[in-house]
Amino acid sequence: MNRRLAGGVAAGLAAALVLAACGGDDEESSPSGGSTAQGGLTPVKLQLQWFTQAQFAGYIAARDLGYYEDAGLDVEILEGGTDIVPQTVLAQGEADFAIAWVPKALASREQGAAITDIAQIFQRSGTLQVSFADSGITGPADLKGKKVGNWGFGNEYELFAGMTQAGLDPASDVELVQQQFDMNALLAGDIDAAQAMSYNEYAQVLEAVNPDTGELYQPEDFTVIDWNDVGTAMLQDAIWASEERLESDPAYRETAVKFVEASIRGWVHCRDNPQECRDLVVASGSRLGNSHQLWQMNEINKLVWPSPDGIGVIDQAAWDQTVEIAKGTKNADGATVLTGDPEGLAFTNDYVEQALENLRADGVDVVGDGFTPIEVVLEEGGV
Amino acid sequence: MTRATPTSPTTGPDIVASGGPASAATGGASARHDVAAAAPAWAGSPWRERLRRVLLAVAALVLLCAVWELYRAVGPTDGGRLFGVPVLPRATDTAMPHTWDIVAQLGEKEVRTAGSDTVGVAVAKAMWFSLRVAFAGLVVGVVVGVLLAVAMARLRIVERGLLPYVIASQTVPLVALAPLVAGWGGKLQLGSLEWERWMSVSMIAAYLAFFPVAVGMLRGLQSPGPNAVELMRSYAASWWQTLLRLRLPASVPFLLPALRLAAASAVIGAIVAEISTGTRGGIGRLIIDYSQSASSDASRLYDAVLGAAVAGLLFAGLISLVELALTWRRRHGGGRARPIRKVGT
Repeated sequence: MNRRLAGGVAAGLAAALVLAACGGDDEESSPSGGSTAQGGLTPVKLQLQWFTQAQFAGYIAARDLGYYEDAGLDVEILEGGTDIVPQTVLAQGEADFAIAWVPKALASREQGAAITDIAQIFQRSGTLQVSFADSGITGPADLKGKKVGNWGFGNEYELFAGMTQAGLDPASDVELVQQQFDMNALLAGDIDAAQAMSYNEYAQVLEAVNPDTGELYQPEDFTVIDWNDVGTAMLQDAIWASEERLESDPAYRETAVKFVEASIRGWVHCRDNPQECRDLVVASGSRLGNSHQLWQMNEINKLVWPSPDGIGVIDQAAWDQTVEIAKGTKNADGATVLTGDPEGLAFTNDYVEQALENLRADGVDVVGDGFTPIEVVLEEGGV
Repeated sequence: MTRATPTSPTTGPDIVASGGPASAATGGASARHDVAAAAPAWAGSPWRERLRRVLLAVAALVLLCAVWELYRAVGPTDGGRLFGVPVLPRATDTAMPHTWDIVAQLGEKEVRTAGSDTVGVAVAKAMWFSLRVAFAGLVVGVVVGVLLAVAMARLRIVERGLLPYVIASQTVPLVALAPLVAGWGGKLQLGSLEWERWMSVSMIAAYLAFFPVAVGMLRGLQSPGPNAVELMRSYAASWWQTLLRLRLPASVPFLLPALRLAAASAVIGAIVAEISTGTRGGIGRLIIDYSQSASSDASRLYDAVLGAAVAGLLFAGLISLVELALTWRRRHGGGRARPIRKVGT
């Protein structure tokens, strides 16, 4: 009897699972949209580099506040993952636009990905090298003989360029340590200087409790090397488009302008309403916590604003510096990011200028001269 | 997590070594005996035995927690290193949170907003998601595995040609495969059905799951001895009749352990693929999400890892039920014991 029952239960469970797996509530797994146009909107897929977080607040805000819809676009935002390479997804035609760091995207370009930077949203680099204040590390030269953490995978070039500029050989003068997602290695003393994004990992250490005081770690407990100050910063988050489609498809060119324009509206909104944008990001499924996301929103705003030439405009000097470092800096394996200058249309300001023109005509402040960051109080664990 | 995948190719062939040779040599007649041995011991035993098993399981859990806490109490806070290689974990809050903190964290809210789930609810939801994805993968994997095994059993040349590739398929690292599969997924359109990312994850789960089934099933189909096959031949049974009446029933004892391995592989495959492709909703994604905030509090991360373990156990439980159903049918003559209708009399 029991076994018959068990068999029935097994069959029932199996059937339930099959049904659930096949049908299922797709609210979590499938963002709305897809390839069919809804109400005359142009479907657009945007591939992010990572999970939903305030780093992408402008796009999330533009979607949730209807800026994309107003521009006639139905934008689906695709989250990244550990092995998702946005520029590859874009080059393979599975997304219409992608967010990627300039050096990594240029490396993909060199390997044949036909993509073009059409808007340089982040004007500054957010990469830091963080050490405890008592370690005495205040500049790249102090890294000599230290255990230096880095993420690898192309995230390390600013650090390597900084060390090279300070006269160190990254391969022999420091001990390189592969870093994890968290900052425990720094806090536990396994590494002396850890790589951190100002908007993410740096906040993580400030959300951790200092065992000596029982309070959260304070900024004065750490020293920070900022590559923008050292002069080896590289351009980061930019909107990339398909080079081929820009050349051959007038409708795509039009979509590109609309997309950049609506995205900038989102970024402008997040500059002026960081709390609201934080709430949008948290509501769209970030698990990093409230105070952490507000910190991130604020730090991201600092990377974007002020934008002297207008948000999204690619500054030739910053671009050249990025390419120069990408060509000239060797990583631990002796490889450079780029072997030569980018060929073809690596970047263009045509679309962003057009978008900015429309925005200025609308009276939108696209420079953000008066931007002042807010004060964010981090809470333990960032909750 | 990702480290776990390369072990599956090595565990795969084990089923052939452990369950196989003895019964393979003795032929179909002994299959029935094997089933009895393979069935869970508690299946027919009294309540006391069941209670004992439950108590043992609880005791093991308590013991594990006790060892954890003991190490927390006496272990070195700087961890242990042997020739500069870390061998012992640090007995600190961030590396090893107290067991009660890990449990208490389940009741905390994920994010301090009104609509936020507690960590426990989030983990449960993620488990449900991953289980469905893994199950879809397992079903596909079993179907493909069984079909491959039948094809290989039918034609020697298929076996010779295919088997090396079946084995080679498992040496491809999953992390290399996952983004590729996710990439193809974006281009697939099956009729009106739009390809979604969870389906790519299921495909990767299926990719891991089909292997033990194919290998185990093939061994099972080939297990009937020459005398049994000769007997079928003397009845002028067709190949299909031999398959249905002799080979398939004989393969059940081989299929069951293969199913267990396939189930474990499917769960691993689903979780790793979720991490790799960043698919929202599952345990894999949750592990990455929580590990990002592990600098200040690692207990959440342990909750997610615990969720992954429980998901695996639930899946194994499901397979046990399937096993019970299959062996019950066999014991009670559900499809095997009937004599074959004599042909031509």
